[in-house]
Amino acid sequence: MNANLPILSIDGVSKRFHGPYSLMRRLKGEPPLMVHALNNVTLEVHRGETLGIVGESGCGKSTLARCLVRLHEADDGAVRFEGKDISLFRGTERRAFNRRVQMIFQDPYGSLNPRMTVSQILGEALAVHGMRRKTEIPDRIAELLDLVRLPQDAAGRYPHEFSGGQRQRIGIARALAVEPDVIVADELVSALDVSVQAQVVNLLLQLQEKLRLTVVFVAHDLRLVRHISHRVAVMYLGQVMEVSSSEALFTAPRHPYSKALLEAAPELDPTQRNRRVAVSGELPSPLDLPPGCPFAGRCPHVFDRCRTERPHLSPRGRGQYAACHLTDFGAGIPL
Amino acid sequence: MTAMSENIGPNGNAGLTVRGLTTTFDTSRGLAIAAADVDLDVAPGEVVGLVGESGSGKSVTLRSIMRLVREPGHVSGRIDWRGRDLVAMSAEELRRIHGSEIAMIFQEPMTALNPVLPIGMQIEENLIAHTPLNAGQRRARALELMNIVGIPAADRRLDEYPHQFSGGMRQRAMIAIALACSPKLLLADEPTTALDVTIQDQILKLLLDLRDRLSMSVVLVTHDLGVVAATCDRMAVMYAGRIVETGTVAEIFARPHHPYTRGLLGSVPRTGTSRTMLQSIEGTPPSLTNLPTGCAFHPRCSFATDICLKERPALEAVTPQIRKVACFHHDRVAAAEAIL
Repeated sequence: MNANLPILSIDGVSKRFHGPYSLMRRLKGEPPLMVHALNNVTLEVHRGETLGIVGESGCGKSTLARCLVRLHEADDGAVRFEGKDISLFRGTERRAFNRRVQMIFQDPYGSLNPRMTVSQILGEALAVHGMRRKTEIPDRIAELLDLVRLPQDAAGRYPHEFSGGQRQRIGIARALAVEPDVIVADELVSALDVSVQAQVVNLLLQLQEKLRLTVVFVAHDLRLVRHISHRVAVMYLGQVMEVSSSEALFTAPRHPYSKALLEAAPELDPTQRNRRVAVSGELPSPLDLPPGCPFAGRCPHVFDRCRTERPHLSPRGRGQYAACHLTDFGAGIPL
Repeated sequence: MTAMSENIGPNGNAGLTVRGLTTTFDTSRGLAIAAADVDLDVAPGEVVGLVGESGSGKSVTLRSIMRLVREPGHVSGRIDWRGRDLVAMSAEELRRIHGSEIAMIFQEPMTALNPVLPIGMQIEENLIAHTPLNAGQRRARALELMNIVGIPAADRRLDEYPHQFSGGMRQRAMIAIALACSPKLLLADEPTTALDVTIQDQILKLLLDLRDRLSMSVVLVTHDLGVVAATCDRMAVMYAGRIVETGTVAEIFARPHHPYTRGLLGSVPRTGTSRTMLQSIEGTPPSLTNLPTGCAFHPRCSFATDICLKERPALEAVTPQIRKVACFHHDRVAAAEAIL
């Protein structure tokens, strides 16, 4: 297998959902409004790396995560796993893909069956994919609990007996049960308290090292994404605005939106306060996309071309890509 | 009453002084002590942050100040607002103060706003209750408020309903309602938690501008240390219903004296520490109906010794004077290796 081949690649993926279909539109015979959740997204995930995906609510980051594990089918474009289009997988090939790419969900309360004990939850994952012989399953469950640092007596208990952080560990154990190559974590820790967040993040970092996992980490918390990602993709209104290494993005953002996002995140150092608003305005509606750059309405550097022509991701050197007509934006800032 | 006299502001008005505020709830699992012995001072024009994790009692403290705690909850202690005790006050007197001198904004603007009334009418409701303005003056004031909080096309938007507003605009509308009678104290319960980071930035800066313009005090409840660092003058850290450390924001961020504060600050990723282990606090917060003996933090504390299991440390002043901390080992915590 070619080591340089990205383990997952997203090729011009678009995803639309039906929006509200008002009576007026029905009577006029017009089609329903469409929510453009993803617009021509192209990204690569390399083996062994952590790719962070950040953006505000409604930017399409969760839709993208769901497309990666085929919970949504892309309308246009393709998601490729080791070079093969995942929408063409059938039968055993599809099952193998489902095993090798696992998702962990945001809501630790909603994503575990309340009527199953932890050992049933983990045992089901093991049995469905035939990971172990029936007699070996209890040992494997004990091993998994140990891996995510839950007490052994957790096996016989139900999800409601655990705290949020512990439930998220159960979610991680379930995903790891089938020995995946890729973990897609959608807002893994955003429902947790700060001190518990740190525990789960530490666990994820350790497990990635130990099991050589590839992680796609979707989150809205910039500090967190910066901390755990090798590379970061910044999304806005269904598009990738910038992709670069975590350090480059946070020291020298090449897109005005990335810069605004960084400035808006409150600094942890009380001496570095400022009173200037990072960016005014709000996200435009995904029902009615502007023809040009999606950020044009809020961008302080906007000029005529931005309103008519949509910029595409183009290289900026040092492995950095940005979708902005101002190709020298942010250039010249030393790393 | 030395604490009271410290609190007299430049215009001769005392701010808010809370002493021994205790809020309990009778639950099926026993008495839950949601806030215990909380002391809090808010000077005029000051922004005070109440920080803690879920269940630490920060929101309950705020709701107790606003007297929003209902049965089976019980509030005791003293809450002095400009020389009057809010705990002992009659419902009618409270109604006069709420919305005029003291206003509150909530985390979820969609549930705090009335979905079947236009925004303009919700602003005017407050003016009807507390001012002698006539209909035309009220409309003019409502327009003025919409401009102050930065809602564009205010004239048209006054007649719109909350569902027609975006999340950030709803929060602005709620602030406009709270500001209608130029309150002297604004209680903000996680006002930006439900918002995106760029909108959060806009709202926080709006709050600071309004504080300057109206010289009002703000009590800001949040779990986000970044928000505290960016907006507050002083802060109080709560754990399991008690204040464990209080002082100026600059001092506490520079050198935490309580192991919990230290742990919280260490839990947040910082610049230049990519992919290293975070200093997490092991374990989970205790149940409020079944608190550990002694210091409630001792089962999770790496500094704990025998005394922490037996006795509860009192919130005591340490040098510099403005700082108070409830820990037997605050010297060791303060001297411990700095968090990078």
